[in-house]
Amino acid sequence: MPDPVVHVAELTKIYKVPEREAGLRAAAKALVRRKTRDVRAVEGISFDVGAGEVVGFLGPNGAGKTTSLKMLAGLLYPTGGNALVLGYVPSRRERDYLRQMTMVMGNRNQLQWDIPALDSFELNRAIYRLQRADYLAMRDELIELLDVGDLVRKPVRNLSLGERMKVEIVGALLHRPQVLFLDEPTIGLDVTMQKRIRTFIAEYNKRHGATVLLTSHYMADVEALCKRVIVIHHGRILFDGALASLADEFAAYKTIGVVLQNGGAPLDAYGEVVHHEGDRVSIRVPKADTSRVAARLLADHEVVDLTIEEPPIEDVIESVFAQPAAV
Amino acid sequence: MSVDVARLPEAGRWRSLYDFYVTTMRTAITSQLQYRVTNYFYMLGMIAEPVVYLVVWTTIADQEGGAVNGITSGEFAAYYIVWTLVRNMNIVFGAPFWEWRIREGRLAGDLLKPMYILHYDLAYFAGWKFVVVAMWLPIAFGLSAVFHPTLSPSALEIVVFIFAIWGAYLVRSMFQGTVGMLNFWTTRGAAVFDLYMAVEMLLSGRLVPLQLMPGWVQTLANFLPFKWTFGFPIESLVGNLSTQQLLLGLCAQALWIVIGLLLFKVTWSAAIKRFVSVGN
Repeated sequence: MPDPVVHVAELTKIYKVPEREAGLRAAAKALVRRKTRDVRAVEGISFDVGAGEVVGFLGPNGAGKTTSLKMLAGLLYPTGGNALVLGYVPSRRERDYLRQMTMVMGNRNQLQWDIPALDSFELNRAIYRLQRADYLAMRDELIELLDVGDLVRKPVRNLSLGERMKVEIVGALLHRPQVLFLDEPTIGLDVTMQKRIRTFIAEYNKRHGATVLLTSHYMADVEALCKRVIVIHHGRILFDGALASLADEFAAYKTIGVVLQNGGAPLDAYGEVVHHEGDRVSIRVPKADTSRVAARLLADHEVVDLTIEEPPIEDVIESVFAQPAAV
Repeated sequence: MSVDVARLPEAGRWRSLYDFYVTTMRTAITSQLQYRVTNYFYMLGMIAEPVVYLVVWTTIADQEGGAVNGITSGEFAAYYIVWTLVRNMNIVFGAPFWEWRIREGRLAGDLLKPMYILHYDLAYFAGWKFVVVAMWLPIAFGLSAVFHPTLSPSALEIVVFIFAIWGAYLVRSMFQGTVGMLNFWTTRGAAVFDLYMAVEMLLSGRLVPLQLMPGWVQTLANFLPFKWTFGFPIESLVGNLSTQQLLLGLCAQALWIVIGLLLFKVTWSAAIKRFVSVGN
């Protein structure tokens, strides 16, 4: 079995945060004795990611997903545990490692503000020591893929948020990184732009076999790109597996949709009726009871059609996030 | 479609570094040219400081019979006009700006790239010099027309001055960078930065030529980095330093560049472990 591109073992990050009560007295006390609290942002997470995988890193705000990505990108020193990406320890920030990875942070501008993006791309060419022919080929490929040919000549400050994000991505990928850490790359963008960036990430992954770790609050991003998801909450991994099996693990219910011959029949006895329109009824039932309820419906009524559906992924994720922190 | 996972080949190390400096300097010039008017106003504000010193000292010299401590009005004029060039040359990425760099997320972006952090600032501000020096020339002519400097440097002094102003730039970059590391320990480093600037003003020759200071201050200044960022470059052009003094001055600058670089490297490696990058 080939070595994983990303190997994480018991990775931990603890921030020391100063805190005090409100008011003058507390402020005076803090002058003499400063109190700090340990915030365990990431607590002993472990996982492997193989070459070419696109993995969604999911979690609510403050769950620890961005901190994890930043540790993997070498921006943060871990408090404990180990991480290896492409065989490198990220926190050492070796040149050879930095040349093979990239991190794109949504809403963060890394290009020079006052000059056209093309000038910033030139700067990146020099920083990444790219040979001109390779640079031009890669630049033109990315410009074409993201359709930003007319944007790269404008000063970055004159671009809209979505346009800026697209040229940011071009700048971040000029050195053809093998590992991409994408921290909410579609945040704040309209649906068309989100879709464009999703399509681009999928295409880049396909063309260059890149490994992608992606965080996003938009489930459409995750559903479109990630077969595998890692759900992190309160700094711990709650789930690591196929997106399709996330519902099996966390959804407490399923939805049975039936089309009845005699549409008016009351079905409250079978579960919670969430939708009733004419002959069509949707009933939410506990997951464990699904087969039994479906069988009863078929036995008791003249059923024209019956479907059993997992709840929407957003609902599943919501139920995961609702879990309390372990004490 | 075939999958292309091959890494792009690298250009040579030194050639790439040269390429990086040239490209960054070009980028800095392009950026600064966008703000011609702002730069001019900034420079006019900066010129106000030496003009005040110049007016004060030439007035005193005139009242003292034409010289103070052997420095004539014309020599004061030369000192402070050259001061304006040296000041432009030794503007660097200042210690307080590290806070901006961290808060705005620029540092996170820089850290993701395979380039030692000092190179960004050295290259960018070096490029900026070309814009400000071009803008400085008419101001220097104007000041010369008004204050009549006494300035007749030898060829050696001019050569040493050219090296000395870049040496001053490097010394100041290293020490401002080192002091800037304080931002990784506290977000309220302004008081320390102000103290540092005050000491620099007194011991560098920025406020007054060092030869007007008490003897013990001049001795102290010889053993600190500040003089080599202001006083020495100015003196190398306007003073009557011997060849030995000129060459020793360049050696002192080289020594302080090395000391500053080592200090920066040590503090940087400790500071970066404290970088939290929260929210950016």
